Amino acid sequence: MYGAIWRRLPGPRPVKAVVALILVVGVVAVCFLWVFPWIAPLMPFNDNSVQTGLPISEPTSFAMGPAPQ
Amino acid sequence: MAALRLMVRTVGEMLITVGLLLLLFVSWQLWWTDVTANREQAVTIEALERGFQSEVGARRGPLPLPEEKAPLPEKKAPLPEKKAPLATLKSVPLGQAFAIVRIPRFGAGNARPALNGTDDDTLTRGIGHYRGTAMPGLVGNFSVAGHRTTYGRPFHNIDLLRKGDVIVVETKESYVVYAVDRHVIVTPKQVEVIAPVPEQPGVRPTQAWMTMTSCHPKFSARQRYVVFAKLVKTFPRASGLPASFMAAPSGAVG
Repeated sequence: MYGAIWRRLPGPRPVKAVVALILVVGVVAVCFLWVFPWIAPLMPFNDNSVQTGLPISEPTSFAMGPAPQ
Repeated sequence: MAALRLMVRTVGEMLITVGLLLLLFVSWQLWWTDVTANREQAVTIEALERGFQSEVGARRGPLPLPEEKAPLPEKKAPLPEKKAPLATLKSVPLGQAFAIVRIPRFGAGNARPALNGTDDDTLTRGIGHYRGTAMPGLVGNFSVAGHRTTYGRPFHNIDLLRKGDVIVVETKESYVVYAVDRHVIVTPKQVEVIAPVPEQPGVRPTQAWMTMTSCHPKFSARQRYVVFAKLVKTFPRASGLPASFMAAPSGAVG
């Protein structure tokens, strides 16, 4: 696989090396910017809230009112 | 034979590629999300500070009342002396930053934005406020969630908080000071920790609490580390916050 890619790169050896490096950086960038942020929410280790489940929409009256000082 | 060799080599290279991608994902998750989130959250803090300051400049005199008033049964008793202005933040849109949370135990200059909501996206941008729980300084339970690891990890050292440690929540109207009371470790389903009276669902609150939830143990989401703090005092923004509250306690994380 990598051999085939290498053979397909244009130019003499130094040029091939530079192009290969650019390809690697490109793959890393695509992963960091789009792929990983997209799959991270599917990972099981990122939750930190308690599952309220029910949509708490409106503050109830006991959430209001001034606090004792 | 040649075909077999090619196949074996291709499969081997793919396995190596998968391994490298997994390593790359781990380094992204554990390192890069911190880099970007810290940067983004610092920008949010600056914007909040600017907004708070212009708010003080623009607003003199009595604070406007919230548009929609909930019935306050304790209205009959006249308020003793002049109360500190309280956060009237009912209408903060989801995902919007509305306060700065400072925890001196986590180091001098520790500051994280608090945003409305606890969805995944909001929690990558700071500390998330559980919708429907009290706003800072009010009777009830001001409840927030934050990452223990990754995405700037605002609550990385939540297990180092000790009884009496100060948490300062700065809003456009006031500095709300809480002091740590106790902690519990619960399962993700134990929502009673964010009840108006922590751990006592259904009980009518008479005090102002703050609850912080985060992952436990680190790098896992099996349990929740939960810290309860109690209101100490609310200082109006105009009068400022006494410097003593922001002093880092001995043994604070650098």
